[in-house]
Amino acid sequence: MRRRILPGFGLSLGYALTYLGLIVLLPLVALAWKASGIGVGGMLHLLSSPRTLAALKLSFGGAILAAIINVCFGLLVAWVLVRYRFPGRRLFDALVDLPFALPTAVAGIALTALYAPNGWLGHWLKHYGIQIAYAPPGVILAMVFVGFPFVVRTLQPVLESLDRDVEEAAESLGASHAQTFFRVILPMLVPTLLTGFALALARAVGEYGSVIFIAGNIPMRSEIAPLLIVEKLEEFDYAGAAALGTVMLIASFALLILIAVLQRWSGRWAEQLQ
Amino acid sequence: MTLELSHLSRRFTDYPALDDVSLVIAPGEFLALLGPSGSGKTTLLRILAGLDYPDAGTVQLDGDDFLAAQAHKRKVGLVFQHYALFRHLTVAENVAFGLRVRSRKARPSRAQIAERVQQLLKRVQLDDHGHRYPSQLSGGQRQRVALARALAVEPDLLLLDEPFGALDAQVRVTLRRWLRELHEDLQLTTVFVTHDQEEALELADRIAVMNRGRIEQVGSPEVIYRQPATPFVCEFIGKVNKIPLTYANQRLSAGEWVLEGHPWNGRHANVVAYVRPEHLSLGGTDTQPGWTARLRHVYLAGSVAHLELYVPSIDQTLEADVAGEDVARLGLQSGAELRVAPRNAIVFTLSEQAGETSAEGRWVWQA
Repeated sequence: MRRRILPGFGLSLGYALTYLGLIVLLPLVALAWKASGIGVGGMLHLLSSPRTLAALKLSFGGAILAAIINVCFGLLVAWVLVRYRFPGRRLFDALVDLPFALPTAVAGIALTALYAPNGWLGHWLKHYGIQIAYAPPGVILAMVFVGFPFVVRTLQPVLESLDRDVEEAAESLGASHAQTFFRVILPMLVPTLLTGFALALARAVGEYGSVIFIAGNIPMRSEIAPLLIVEKLEEFDYAGAAALGTVMLIASFALLILIAVLQRWSGRWAEQLQ
Repeated sequence: MTLELSHLSRRFTDYPALDDVSLVIAPGEFLALLGPSGSGKTTLLRILAGLDYPDAGTVQLDGDDFLAAQAHKRKVGLVFQHYALFRHLTVAENVAFGLRVRSRKARPSRAQIAERVQQLLKRVQLDDHGHRYPSQLSGGQRQRVALARALAVEPDLLLLDEPFGALDAQVRVTLRRWLRELHEDLQLTTVFVTHDQEEALELADRIAVMNRGRIEQVGSPEVIYRQPATPFVCEFIGKVNKIPLTYANQRLSAGEWVLEGHPWNGRHANVVAYVRPEHLSLGGTDTQPGWTARLRHVYLAGSVAHLELYVPSIDQTLEADVAGEDVARLGLQSGAELRVAPRNAIVFTLSEQAGETSAEGRWVWQA
C-alpha cells in the first residue's frame, strides 16, 4: 500500500464501518428479520392486495413526479439566486431552507388550510373543478414542498463554480443563448441535478407528517404507503408493517442505485487523468 | 479586413479601463496588446469579441460598424487563458461545437464536420486525441484544442487572452513558436493580450503597449525596444537603469557623466536618463567620460553575464550585461573596481500633475 501522509486509515475505516453498521444497517436488518415472520405466502398476499399496490404506486409515483418538479423549479430558483443581484436576495435565499426547519405537520396543516375546498386557494380552484387537498395532487404538493430545498442547495455551489469563460466561449463560437444553456450549461449540471433529484425523491418517499394532513387518506385514492404501515401497526400487525416497510426499502434502494448509475454515466467526463 | 478602433472609452465603477484608445489593426497582422494588469488590455480584447461594450468610441470593420454585431455573429475566434473548454464534450466534440450550433441551412453535413474536425486536430497535432475528454489532457494540449475550436468556425479575427499564461515555462516557449508558425501559415488577423514582454517581443508583428487604459506606444518589437517613446515603455520593456540627472550650468549630468547639447532651454527640475544594461561600456580608462564603479556581483546566466555595479558618485546600483566569455577576459570579479560609461541613453523631462508623472520632452543621447 502507498504510504499516506495522515496515519490511521485502518482505525478510521473501522470506526466508520462500525458506526454505519450500528446506525443504518442494524435497524434495517431487524426490519427484514421481523418481516420474515409473515412468510413468503403472507408477503405475496400483502403485495397482491389492491390497497397496498395503490398506496405504493401513489408513494413512489408521487415522489418521482414531485422530484421532477423540484428539479425544474429548483434549477430556476438556484439560477436566480446565484446569477442575479436584487434587493432581498439574502432573505429569499434564507426562505429556501424553511421546508427543512418547519415541523412537517405544520407544513401539512398550512397547505391544507390553503388548498382545502373551503381554503383561500381551494375555493377558487373548486370553481374550476380542480381539487388538490384530499386528492393525489395534494400528496404531490406536500412532497414538492418538503423536497424543494435539496435541489436548490445541491445546485447552488456548482452553479457558482461554473466558469463564465465557458459561456463566453460558446457565444463567440456562434451559439445562441438557448444553445449555450442547453448544450453547454445544462449538460454540466446533470450529475448535480441527479443528486438533487435523488435527495428530493428519498425525502418525498419517506415523508409522512405533512402528507397525511393534506392527503385525506382515502384508501385506493389518496393513501400513501407509510400511512398503511402506521395503520397496520395500530392493528398490531407488526409483521405486516415490517413486510411493507421492507418492500419500500427495497424499492427505494433500487431507485437510488439506478440514479447513481445514471449519475456516473452523465459525469463520465469528470474523470481525472491518473 | 481592417479594424479601426477610434476613441474607445470604458469606465468601470471605480477606474477607467479604457481612456480614449485609438488603433488600426491591419489585415493579417499579429498584434500584441502588452501591459501590466489593470492596463485595459483585456477590456479592449473583450470589446473586440463582443463580450463588453465601450461607453464611447467606435470600432469599424472595413467601414462597417463592428460593435453593432452581437458576439455570436462576429466571426471572431476567442481563446482564453484557462482554456474554457466544454468539459462534458470530447476533444472532437469541442472542436465541432461552433459548426454544430449553426442553423440547419448553414450547417455542414455530419461527414463534412467530422472531416473538418480531423483536419484541425491534425493541424494542432492532436489527431489521435479526438475521443478524449479535456480533463485527460495536459495544459498545452488543452490550449491547442481551444485554438482548434476557435479556428473551426473560420473566423476573420483571432483573439487570444493571455493564451500561455497558465502553462509551464517550457511548454509556453514551444507553443509560442508553434503559434507563430501557424500564423505564418494562415495569415489570420490575430490580436493577443499578454503581460509578458518577452512573449510580445518574440511573437508579434506589432506591439501596442498599454498603461492605465491608454496606449503608450504602438510599433514593431524592434522600435518598441530600441526607441521607447515614454518612460513607462522604457521601464516595462526589457531591463533598464533609471538614472536621475541634475541640471547645472546649462548641462545635464549624473556624477562624472556629463550629457552635452541637450535640446531644452531653461531649467528642468526632473530629468531622468534610461540606459539599457547592454548599453553600458566597461573597462575604459580614467580619462574617458564615465564613472568609477565597484563590481558587486556577477550573475553568469549562460551566454550572458549580468553585472551588478555600485557607482559611489551617484549612489546607485546599475546593471550591466556583457557576453559571458568577456567575464574571464576582462578579469571581472566581485569587488573589482572598473570604469563604466553609457553609450546611449534616452532622456525624459518629467512633470508631475495631480500625482501622475508624465513625460514632457524626450531626447535620445549618444556618446
